[in-house]
Amino acid sequence: MMINLFLVLAALLFCIGVYGVLARRNGVLVLMSIELILNAVNINLVAFGAWWATQPGGSCSAGQECAATIGPVFALFVIAVAAAEVGVGLAMVLMLFRNLKSIDIDRVDSMKG
Amino acid sequence: MSLLLAETPYLLEYVAFGIIALAMVVAALRVVTTRNVVHAALWLVVVLGGVAALFILLASEFTAITQVLVYIGAIVVLFLFGIMLTRAPLGKAVDLDNNATQRIVAVAVALSLLGVMCWGLWDQWRDSELGLIGTNTAQLGQTTSQISDSIFGTYLVPFEAVSVLLLAALVGAIVLARRD
Repeated sequence: MMINLFLVLAALLFCIGVYGVLARRNGVLVLMSIELILNAVNINLVAFGAWWATQPGGSCSAGQECAATIGPVFALFVIAVAAAEVGVGLAMVLMLFRNLKSIDIDRVDSMKG
Repeated sequence: MSLLLAETPYLLEYVAFGIIALAMVVAALRVVTTRNVVHAALWLVVVLGGVAALFILLASEFTAITQVLVYIGAIVVLFLFGIMLTRAPLGKAVDLDNNATQRIVAVAVALSLLGVMCWGLWDQWRDSELGLIGTNTAQLGQTTSQISDSIFGTYLVPFEAVSVLLLAALVGAIVLARRD
């Protein structure tokens, strides 16, 4: 199977996420678009891990460091950081709602001159 | 069917990939265009499930299960709580998107980014083959035990740093969201 397909699908998801971040005005929906972007990166990491396993020197043997697990391990780290990001982001959106009675991020313009 | 499979051993993988990819792209487009906030969260579930299916297709089952547990089990529920706590309109809403000019700019940015990335990736990885995934013994080596050896061996320090990061994010979220 070609690795290109996974990479191009991930690029497509990434760009849909970028469109969402730029075009949405609701704070929760912007966070959802950021999740799309992070997931696209995860697909890339796992696909490269699977590709690395097919390369000479990438195979796993007992007691030896294994290049093929780097992709999944990095994807797990990205998942953990995404969970932290959503927690803090939603807390910020809640604080926004409490102060402005709205989660429209266009109205957060107090730093505009 | 068996003759077809003998001639093109990748056929099933390509068919599975095509179905998953189509579902994911349609669902992702609905996430960024739908006018209903709750529907956006539910379409996001489809995208995240598709990512988990792709992980299984890539013979990385531990990552797939973590994806389902953490994303669909925890993060989507967090999103739904956020939607309810901010009293989002449960029907169609009109003020979710920016105005038309900004949306056109967003489409232009996303399409040009897509063009550059697809051109670069296709050019660089044109000749790279994964083989028949899951039949290669080296790929089967990336099992759960190998991943746990990696996390608790080579990547122990980053793992502990991520634990501290999660704790700090949790405390920060409580401090931000607390009424006082």
